[in-house]
Amino acid sequence: MKRIVHKHPRPTRWMHWFNVPLLFGMIWSGLLIYWANDVYAIRLGTWTLFPFFPSWFYRALSIDHRLAEGMAWHFALMWLFVLNGIAYVLYTFVSGEWRHLLPNRNSFREACMVVLHDLGLSKVEPPPRKFNGAQQFAYTSVILMGGGSALTGLAIYKPVQFAWLTQAFGGYEWARLLHFALTIGYVLFFVVHISQVIKTGWNNFRAMVTGYEVVASEKPTHE
Amino acid sequence: MSKRLELSNLTDEQVAAEMSRLTRRSFAIGFAAALAGGAGVTWLATRSNKDGLPWPLRKVLEFNEQVAETIYSPSRLAPEFPHERMAEPRVNGTVGLHESPSIDNEVIKVTGHVDRAIPMEAIRKLPAREMTTEFKCVEGWSQIVRWKGVPLADFLEKFGAASKYVGLSTPSESNHGGGNSERYFVGFDRASAVHPQTLLCYEMNGQPLTAAHGAPLRLISTVKYGYKCIKRVGIIEVTDRRPDDYWALRGYDWYAGL
Repeated sequence: MKRIVHKHPRPTRWMHWFNVPLLFGMIWSGLLIYWANDVYAIRLGTWTLFPFFPSWFYRALSIDHRLAEGMAWHFALMWLFVLNGIAYVLYTFVSGEWRHLLPNRNSFREACMVVLHDLGLSKVEPPPRKFNGAQQFAYTSVILMGGGSALTGLAIYKPVQFAWLTQAFGGYEWARLLHFALTIGYVLFFVVHISQVIKTGWNNFRAMVTGYEVVASEKPTHE
Repeated sequence: MSKRLELSNLTDEQVAAEMSRLTRRSFAIGFAAALAGGAGVTWLATRSNKDGLPWPLRKVLEFNEQVAETIYSPSRLAPEFPHERMAEPRVNGTVGLHESPSIDNEVIKVTGHVDRAIPMEAIRKLPAREMTTEFKCVEGWSQIVRWKGVPLADFLEKFGAASKYVGLSTPSESNHGGGNSERYFVGFDRASAVHPQTLLCYEMNGQPLTAAHGAPLRLISTVKYGYKCIKRVGIIEVTDRRPDDYWALRGYDWYAGL
């Protein structure tokens, strides 16, 4: 027999979905800024494996010569991005949702099992909890990355007023590189996140939209 | 929909029906929210321009400026670096550099609340400050450079007057011609103008300034991006009216504070 089970609280869902266009806007405006000094690349010795970014990429997305516009959007959206992030962290702690999200001492082993399973190297099914170990690591990391983006961003936005922070990141140039690397991190997170959501299927995705999922068992799978 | 639903015994058909209802409702709300967001962004992006930006974005920059002025402290200094790390910065701007300077006979005009002409000679006689700091371009690159010059604070105390703002400009009064014959000008809030690391420089990396780097006198401020660090200063205006700024008229932030 099937039953309807509450999975994701409303504030979590709203903040999650609000963050989607926000993060997109931050990355987009960030690209407009980055273009003006696009010095990063993955290099092996003197050989450039992949430049950030090839000229076709800028052309295809019309990113060039829009620095001022990029900065204006970036420094407007940053407020919403940071406020949404703070609200999420506060809510997650106050509501107790953190208990599902923070990795515990079993999470690492479980995360490895999940990764092996998803790569087709293990037949052990991920545990049917709300969030398995791999998810706990992924979702906790991405929040820490958000904090990292805010702090490295502040370090390059006000490197004199927050000189101590800029120094803590190894100086202005390192802070800029870290700020960029974190953004690449979001893109990688996004690719894995979307593939996993597609793979896990409609019921799971729908739970992030409606808050409810349908389960087969008599007993609720959590809470 | 409440959690009570979870406890009630529903048939599989009822579960399916209830989930479709919830799904329709949530997607409708989501769709409406996305539309509202899209409309908001479109509205914002299509507002009339104020100095190269849709005015709401310009307003946000002005709000950010107020926040920055609130947290600003003149005692916070940019870190200094060992001299060995200094290097020649890129020549990034040539606007206003068309008049070749007559290095030693140059006269800096002080206007606004006062009307004076200060010979370079008098500026060189003021106590100089040297600093090896990181020059930061708004484009995202930075370069450690050694500077020598007179703190603008000292210059203003001796030759200027109290004012809310300080405007600096290349010598030419004319705005015509375009390209290199254009005038370059920047505006400073008073607090940033009198920051101890805001200098009127005549030496770079131990050598007299070259024309390309703004001889005979250029501004360097560690609390501003490079586009505020005007080369070839000819006029310094002490004023209570917020001075225009070359790049702030072209979509960039007026404050540009670091």
